[in-house]
Amino acid sequence: MLRIEDLRVNYGGIEAVKGITIEVPEKEIVTLIGANGAGKSTTLRAVAGLVRPAAGHIYFLDEEITALPSHSIVAKGITMVPEGRRVFPDLTVLENLKMGAYLRKDNLKDDIQWVYDLFPRLRERSWQLAGTLSGGEQQMLAVGRALMSRPKLMMMDEPSLGLAPIIVRGIFEIIKEINRQGVTILLIEQNANIALHTADTAYVLETGRLTMKGVGKELLNDEAVKKAYLG
Amino acid sequence: MVLFNTTLPYLLSGISVGGQYALIAIGYTMVYGILRLINFAHADVFMVSALCMVYAVTTFQIPLYIAIPLVVALTVLLGFAIERVAYRPLRSAPRMSVMVSAIAVSYTLQNLALYITGGLNKNYPSIPWLSDSITVLEATTKRVTVVTPFLTIALVVILVMFIQRTKIGTAMRAVAKDFETSRLMGIKVDSVISMTFIIGSFLAGIGSMLFFTNYPGVIPTAGAMPGMKAFVAAVFGGIGSIPGAVLGGFVIGICESLIKGLDTILVNTGLLQSPLELATFSDAFTFVLLILILVFKPTGLLGEKIADKV
Repeated sequence: MLRIEDLRVNYGGIEAVKGITIEVPEKEIVTLIGANGAGKSTTLRAVAGLVRPAAGHIYFLDEEITALPSHSIVAKGITMVPEGRRVFPDLTVLENLKMGAYLRKDNLKDDIQWVYDLFPRLRERSWQLAGTLSGGEQQMLAVGRALMSRPKLMMMDEPSLGLAPIIVRGIFEIIKEINRQGVTILLIEQNANIALHTADTAYVLETGRLTMKGVGKELLNDEAVKKAYLG
Repeated sequence: MVLFNTTLPYLLSGISVGGQYALIAIGYTMVYGILRLINFAHADVFMVSALCMVYAVTTFQIPLYIAIPLVVALTVLLGFAIERVAYRPLRSAPRMSVMVSAIAVSYTLQNLALYITGGLNKNYPSIPWLSDSITVLEATTKRVTVVTPFLTIALVVILVMFIQRTKIGTAMRAVAKDFETSRLMGIKVDSVISMTFIIGSFLAGIGSMLFFTNYPGVIPTAGAMPGMKAFVAAVFGGIGSIPGAVLGGFVIGICESLIKGLDTILVNTGLLQSPLELATFSDAFTFVLLILILVFKPTGLLGEKIADKV
């Protein structure tokens, strides 16, 4: 569904991504794990059109999307839950959800219900300003907001960041549920343990290069991965 | 009763000029809210708008009912073009570069106006209905004095509804907080920024008509003083806040006008034997107010504290 070919991205004067090739098959959960600064975020940001790649190609549904503007990429069915949630603090929960559906012209009612069914907490807080939500609730809102664009592919940048373990487990249950409902997921995580448990396929990234690829659960038992990322 | 009768004309004129400052101040505050940029060219857009009116009516003999919408359209176009040419290419540049660009645009417009007018004082055409004399509770004034506050309030209410209720208005609030996440939503950030300049210039165009109907001399620097006061109004109300800018505009307009009239008021009510020439301080008042606000409440009356993003 998504194919990244020999992607190179410069970021802040250094080559953050040094030629990586990744394949995300339809309906799967694919994860990219690696330490801080390995180039995971930069890869996602390049796919989302937030940074321009220096070289390489990105294809979505066999169509090249390299360096398209972000709004065109969203229109094609790719959404991203940014690192640190980044909800709009001065907008209400409902307004945040509506912003997620910015490019849609059709009726949003059913999708708002769908998001509220996934996250009943958000329904209770519909009129509250997003800035007043707890970290976990903000993460739910960020995911719900991303879903409002009716994405085919949802990219998630560190959804576990700064959240309590129990909330992280809840978020990952929802990720699996969203995936079961037909959304392909590309997930990057520093929490390799939970990411590998969730993912069908996993890639390991080290200082801008791919060092390993495998089935998520198999990598859990890989000695090198254990040593480097599972502690 | 003497107090009321002598104060009223000054109060009326203060409310009126305050409304005009408010209309300009909204342009400053909206652009600041979204770009964190003080758009120094805004005051000159206001001045160019007046010159357009002068030339449309006196040189090209365009009837007013066409000239008024035409001039508003030209003002909007100018504001849009400035952003497109002078600010958008600098989107990822340091803020200081954009500010220098804004100052450059300001002086370019002033010099262009100087070149075109030859530095002569151009007389603003009188708009019949607006410049008619009317009497309000025994005070004689132009109709524009009474129309301005109502028109200002009406425009502000429409603007606030637009920002609170519509999709593009919500997008403006989103973009003001976070460019990048807005892009991820599919919002065209550049279009939203253009929209901000369009609204700001539209209001400056309306403000220009009201202001120059009262003070009909147009010179290349005619935008500087009202622009400066509108800027102070925006800071006073809390820059970034639209209700704040409106409040600030009215406060400054009223205070300034009352200070201008203070001598007359005090002499007429018998509190003073001879005038103290207090009117000289009416402009200084605005800037003293700016200093006080910056020292004691830098976020302004209605401004929010800008929390650092975590």
